[in-house]
Amino acid sequence: MKHIAIIGNGIAGITAARHIRKLSDYKITVISAESEYFFSRTALMYVYMGHMKFEHTQPYENWFWEKNNIQLKHGFVKEVNTENKRLLFEDGSDLTYDDLIIASGSKPNKFGWPGENLKGVQGLYSKQDLELLEENAPNNEVCKRAVIVGGGLIGIELAEMLRTRNIPVTMLVRDRYFWGSVLPEGEAKLIGNHIKDHHIELKLNTQLKEIVSDENGRASAIITSEGEKIECNLVGLTAGVRPSIDFLNDSGIELGKGVKVNKYLETNIPNVYAIGDCAEQLEPTGFRKPVEAVWYTGRMMGEAVAQTICGNKMAYRPGVWFNSAKFLDIEYQTYGWVWAKPQDYEQQFYWEHPDGKKCIRISFHKENHAILGINTFGIRLSHEKFDKWISEEKSVEFVIENLHKAHFDPEFYKKHYSAIKKSFDNQFQLAN
Amino acid sequence: MNTTVQRNMSLSGEPPAALSAIQKFSVVLGMFGLGVLLLAMFNIDFPNKTTWLAISLSAITLGVVIFSYGAYANKSAGIKNDGVYQKSISSRGLLGWLLGIALTGFYVVLYFYPQYLGLRNEGDNVGVIALFDPLSKFLSGNPASQWFVYGTLYTIAILAFGIKFLWKYRHNRYEVLRTLSVMFFQASFAFIIPEVMARLNNSEAYNIPYYDLKNIWPLNYYNFEQYRVDGFISSGNLGIFLLLFGIVSILVITPILTYFYGKRWYCSWVCGCGGLAETSGDAFRQLSDKSLFAWRVERWVVHSVLVFSVLMTTAVIHSYLSYDADKYLLNKDTFLISVAVFLGLLFAVIWYFKKEEFKKDARYGAIGYLAITLGLIGIHYMSGSSVFIFNPETLRSTYAFLIGSIFSGVIGTGFYPIFGNRVWCRFGCPMAAILGLQQRLFSKFRITTNGGQCISCGNCSTYCEMGIDVRAYAQKGENIIRASCVGCGICSAVCPRGVLKLENGSTKGRINSEAVLLGNDVDLLNLIQENKASHKG
Ligand SMILES: Cc1cc2nc3c(=O)[nH]c(=O)nc-3n(C[C@H](O)[C@H](O)[C@H](O)COP(=O)(O)OP(=O)(O)OC[C@H]3O[C@@H](n4cnc5c(N)ncnc54)[C@H](O)[C@@H]3O)c2cc1C
Ligand code: SF4
Ligand code: SF4
Repeated sequence: MKHIAIIGNGIAGITAARHIRKLSDYKITVISAESEYFFSRTALMYVYMGHMKFEHTQPYENWFWEKNNIQLKHGFVKEVNTENKRLLFEDGSDLTYDDLIIASGSKPNKFGWPGENLKGVQGLYSKQDLELLEENAPNNEVCKRAVIVGGGLIGIELAEMLRTRNIPVTMLVRDRYFWGSVLPEGEAKLIGNHIKDHHIELKLNTQLKEIVSDENGRASAIITSEGEKIECNLVGLTAGVRPSIDFLNDSGIELGKGVKVNKYLETNIPNVYAIGDCAEQLEPTGFRKPVEAVWYTGRMMGEAVAQTICGNKMAYRPGVWFNSAKFLDIEYQTYGWVWAKPQDYEQQFYWEHPDGKKCIRISFHKENHAILGINTFGIRLSHEKFDKWISEEKSVEFVIENLHKAHFDPEFYKKHYSAIKKSFDNQFQLAN
Repeated sequence: MNTTVQRNMSLSGEPPAALSAIQKFSVVLGMFGLGVLLLAMFNIDFPNKTTWLAISLSAITLGVVIFSYGAYANKSAGIKNDGVYQKSISSRGLLGWLLGIALTGFYVVLYFYPQYLGLRNEGDNVGVIALFDPLSKFLSGNPASQWFVYGTLYTIAILAFGIKFLWKYRHNRYEVLRTLSVMFFQASFAFIIPEVMARLNNSEAYNIPYYDLKNIWPLNYYNFEQYRVDGFISSGNLGIFLLLFGIVSILVITPILTYFYGKRWYCSWVCGCGGLAETSGDAFRQLSDKSLFAWRVERWVVHSVLVFSVLMTTAVIHSYLSYDADKYLLNKDTFLISVAVFLGLLFAVIWYFKKEEFKKDARYGAIGYLAITLGLIGIHYMSGSSVFIFNPETLRSTYAFLIGSIFSGVIGTGFYPIFGNRVWCRFGCPMAAILGLQQRLFSKFRITTNGGQCISCGNCSTYCEMGIDVRAYAQKGENIIRASCVGCGICSAVCPRGVLKLENGSTKGRINSEAVLLGNDVDLLNLIQENKASHKG
């Protein structure tokens, strides 16, 4: 019987395993060095904040794997020998496979900052990072201040986590606004204000120059690009992630930023596939980046590769882009593409609620008014509707008119659709 | 990074900030209020009962309210679950266990040893019950009983912790409205109205039993016992109206409302048990067991209680009906036959329309229960003996003891800090079982999921007080249609990605177990869907 080995028990690897199991009775082994069972990485923050215990982040009960005949192997793959189809583990054991799926995920970026390997300097990606954080920042006596480098999604999560233990937090953000590489000014300012409301210090236009050590090799301060010195006991490095593929260096598998794959998620070596955060698409779909490090794309690549492996060759062809996040108390959803700096064919409509905690931005084509994307903050909208409207290229007027049909806020919530429509009509004087 | 992975460390962190000064004060204040009651229980005779009762109850209420102010007032509106699993009280720590033991002890005394609270059959009450005499006399004209003391504390708990809940969820209008609703129903229907109704009984014309109008049979399993039915019948039009209302509630009002809104209209908008669970019990909702095993146990236990309650009630009513129908319009035989016909018809209708929805074990269970019930009725009817397998009185008192006292009180509420706040509602409540069956089979209510947005974080499952593994559905894109869901809306509130929405909509396509997650290529989604469909059944 064919043996499928999967390196990585994250959402990508596990989705592949589950779908292969549904389609076949191949032998499946899922390998991870991080945790015994699949857990939701996106929920790590809630464990530190005390909303959940670690076991609650595990989407399946422990008996699930045996019942579905999915073998789990705990261990770190040191080397992949594609000629003999053999995996070599750090503990000396090995495993042979027929098909290999690499789903090894990411690791936090480091940019060669002086002091980046000191004690008290860490990223937030793995379960081990969470344990380390519990050691580095158990309370505000051990950790009198934290500096977070990088204003992205993980950075703000880390800041929120630390604030629940009353640890003062300073965030260094390279852009002019919070997450300014992705968010247009309106949204970025709105979130920036909300961050300040939560007593998190935002230093915009600021980068890390170096991390200063104390006599024990622990971080004791950082120096910013402006030359300011900030005393701290924890430095959180959250300036993005990159594929975790060092163990593949001598495998003959073609690597770039990540593991290079064609649209069938195949690498240059037959029977070896790569999915999830670690994959780098040779031909990315539409505006998508070659490396997509989000939960959903890992899941979708897992769904696609399972088909291919089970004899139904299937390209990874994701639909309309979507994503979501939560900035402290403000939820964010996005569908399609809204650029921080509008493209030349693009026009944008922005509406903000007077309370400064809700806004939406709709991007549409200048000429034919076809909707291109939407950002929504503090208002839940239906994924299904926007998936449909964007792929059917509905006009922005249609979308504004029918926005209430995409309503997904809980019952009795105040609706803002007529205010949005009014504002749209005013801005574009299309109401004639 | 990956080379350090073998290290193992416990992941339970420190609680966030300790109590603030204002919260410490509020705890002392609340404890003082409780202390007065405790002293009264140990027969310290307070000189001015009205004043001391007012002081005690205000201190308790203010204690809770000020505590909430300290906890939430200075924080921006949003989800407030920081430290839930790091605080002893809400994570089955020492404080949780102590509270559980104290509550359990209180219920044992309340149900079985009311004399220790100061109840006296002869002469004036003493102890803590005496402390409540002035209030009781003011409302109903009668001296207090242990049930009056309990009812008052219960109402105060719902009101005070209701305010806490309102503060905590002030950003969520669904939560705000339904909490105001349970607070209203408790204060009026459960507390004030029945006490005032008792005043009517001072006149000869009335002999109305204590009646909390929102308590519907089989939750108030005793509603059709002889003393009550006699009381209703002998109290003129009002009495007859109340009796009919009791019957119409379960046979007409309940099915209609549940059809339109799901069982939540009752369980988390009206019901007193639900009201207490949602307010005082809110801090413990995460402690419910989410395992598949617990779900199995739940289904067997709660439906067994339902069958037990139907049998018991039938036996009790049968026991006081006479062979002719002069007093109650029904005689023994017609009553039994109508019960049997009604159950048989109900079952036939469900079977005919909804056979597909039943899982295998549910199907066996349903057939089994129906057979037992009809069998018992049949045996009795054939033999014509007055013994309904057991003595109806034994059946009634066993039910009252096991279900009415031990399950709903001692375990149901006493164990809040151990098993979560809805143990009774989930495993024990026969009313919830009926509403649940209907919600699963004939209702417009469902929780929908938002396309492919779920990140499997688990907040929804963790905070589901009914132990529903909400995530298991959300991460497959399926609607959540579970008999036990009380529609508290908390899963939707805590979801950080806005995935869940409670809705009443068309019954077509409500159960969509072939659904797939949105996001991928359309052809692939169709394939996955076909594959999923072919694996069902
Ligand atoms: C704090 C945080 C919050 C996030 N929030 C969101 C969010 O809200 N929305 C969103 O879309 N995305 C979010 N992400 C990103 C998302 O979690 C990732 O994109 C996703 O988990 C990647 O899944 P994966 O299966 O590709 O890899 P991973 O989940 O990283 O799994 C890879 C696994 O492989 C193991 N592994 C790697 N190399 C080896 C080896 N040589 N031998 C053995 N095992 C190995 C790793 O230890 C790891 O367990 C978040 C990420 C983090 C860190
Ligand atoms: S539905 Fe929401 S709360 Fe539940 S697992 Fe998914 S993202 Fe988390
Ligand atoms: S599923 Fe959601 S609404 Fe239903 S009981 Fe659980 S938390 Fe409440």
